[in-house]
Amino acid sequence: MAKSPVQFRLNGSDRATFVDPGDNLLVTLRRGLNEFGPKYGCGQGACGVCTVLIDGEPHLSCLTLAVACEGRHVETVSGMADGPNLHPLQNAFMDNFAAQCGFCTPGMLMAARALLERNPNPTREEVIEGIAGNICRCTGYEPIITAILAAAGNRGQRQA
Amino acid sequence: MALQVRVATTMAEAAGILGSDQRTRLLSGGTLVMRDINEGRFLDGTLLRLTDPAYHQINASGARVELGAGATMAMVLANRDLAFLHPVARAIGGPAIRQMATIGGNLFAATPYGDFAVALLALDAQVMVQSGYGSARAVAIEEFLNARERGASGLVTSVQFAKPQNAADFRFRKVSRVKPKGVSVMSIAVHLPNSASRIGQARVAYGAMAPAPVRARGVERALEGKPLDAAAIQAAKAAALEGTRPVTDAIASDWYRREVAPVHLGRLLAGEGR
Ligand SMILES: Cc1cc2nc3c(=O)[nH]c(=O)nc-3n(C[C@H](O)[C@H](O)[C@H](O)COP(=O)(O)OP(=O)(O)OC[C@H]3O[C@@H](n4cnc5c(N)ncnc54)[C@H](O)[C@@H]3O)c2cc1C
Ligand code: FES
Ligand code: FES
Repeated sequence: MAKSPVQFRLNGSDRATFVDPGDNLLVTLRRGLNEFGPKYGCGQGACGVCTVLIDGEPHLSCLTLAVACEGRHVETVSGMADGPNLHPLQNAFMDNFAAQCGFCTPGMLMAARALLERNPNPTREEVIEGIAGNICRCTGYEPIITAILAAAGNRGQRQA
Repeated sequence: MALQVRVATTMAEAAGILGSDQRTRLLSGGTLVMRDINEGRFLDGTLLRLTDPAYHQINASGARVELGAGATMAMVLANRDLAFLHPVARAIGGPAIRQMATIGGNLFAATPYGDFAVALLALDAQVMVQSGYGSARAVAIEEFLNARERGASGLVTSVQFAKPQNAADFRFRKVSRVKPKGVSVMSIAVHLPNSASRIGQARVAYGAMAPAPVRARGVERALEGKPLDAAAIQAAKAAALEGTRPVTDAIASDWYRREVAPVHLGRLLAGEGR
């Protein structure tokens, strides 16, 4: 099968690879670019573990056609920290025990980041709505909601 | 033959390609078609991408609204002139799905999906369908949804409808078991022009109460020409199931859907919470 080239910005760096025609972005990131931040859960859009930002907006990478990402900016959880400094959301997730097995965490963090970029001071209901597309089987969601609200309160203050 | 991807830069070109090859499917937002690819149901044929900016355009400032079929739920939510449709767009999936899911795709989404199509049915929308390289023709949404069951094809370029004169005349409710993001047990959209005095031209539509969104004609008749009072609501509830053919699926049985439909219809008409 003929492969096609695709090139996009991934967490600030230009990356290129070859894809099969129907390949989704998740497969392309994980197999083609060794970017293992987004996870493969359902491949159906139902679990949210593959959530990435494309041009700043949340998308499910398992339902995104890879070749359609040509020239766009894709951000994953791997690009959240600034060198050794974790993003305030990552710190808040640690402080509030918002990860148990951690499988949902890369998607939760991206959904939370998308929410806070659009709405820096969300209410509890808005946080619940913001992560409505992401399933967590471990935490019961409460620590995740608490962490996102805590990060919203501490925005701009990166911990060393 | 394996799957291939083609790109059309204009809607006319996309309509021409779709019309000439039965095994071509349009990729709109992709939330359903990519699922078919991931799960091996669509491995042989052509996936058509459409890059025409007009496909995504929304024109909602005047009395007549035109929504490009490629407009997403997030675009509807970002448009203040479409505030009456925000509860509908917000009811679809989570934030990432809404960023991707389009109005065109919703018109093709199998039950129990298709919540936006239910709202468009209550708004008496015209679906603009382009077959081949000619110009698009307007098809009444009810006819479009019936033809969909028979597998009719063509490119949907946009949907058009008159904006409700009074936002309170249009109401929508999605009933689901998981909140905030659950699939529909049923959805209901009503457009009751003049609901403050005597209702004229009532439109009531259901999702998940038949294989495709349907109008509740018995309810419409019960409300026509009446003030929206307790007696009218009672009559509407009594007629709630006329014309419905609910299915049993993983979300609810047909029996359960029949049991709850009059209750939710009554609450929506009375302006009550769940
Ligand atoms: C997790 C999840 C939750 C969901 N929740 C809901 C929900 O709550 N409510 C709901 O209604 N839906 C829901 N959906 C279903 C779906 O996301 C929406 O119905 C959406 O609007 C479909 O649009 P799309 O652009 O993604 O369709 P696509 O996948 O791009 O297309 C779907 C089909 O329609 C055809 N098509 C699309 N546009 C056109 C056009 N303009 N002309 C001709 N053919 C066209 C395509 O070829 C394809 O066969 C959900 C899906 C997922 C994965
Ligand atoms: S893997 Fe994409 S939503 Fe589950
Ligand atoms: S921490 Fe295990 S799924 Fe969320």
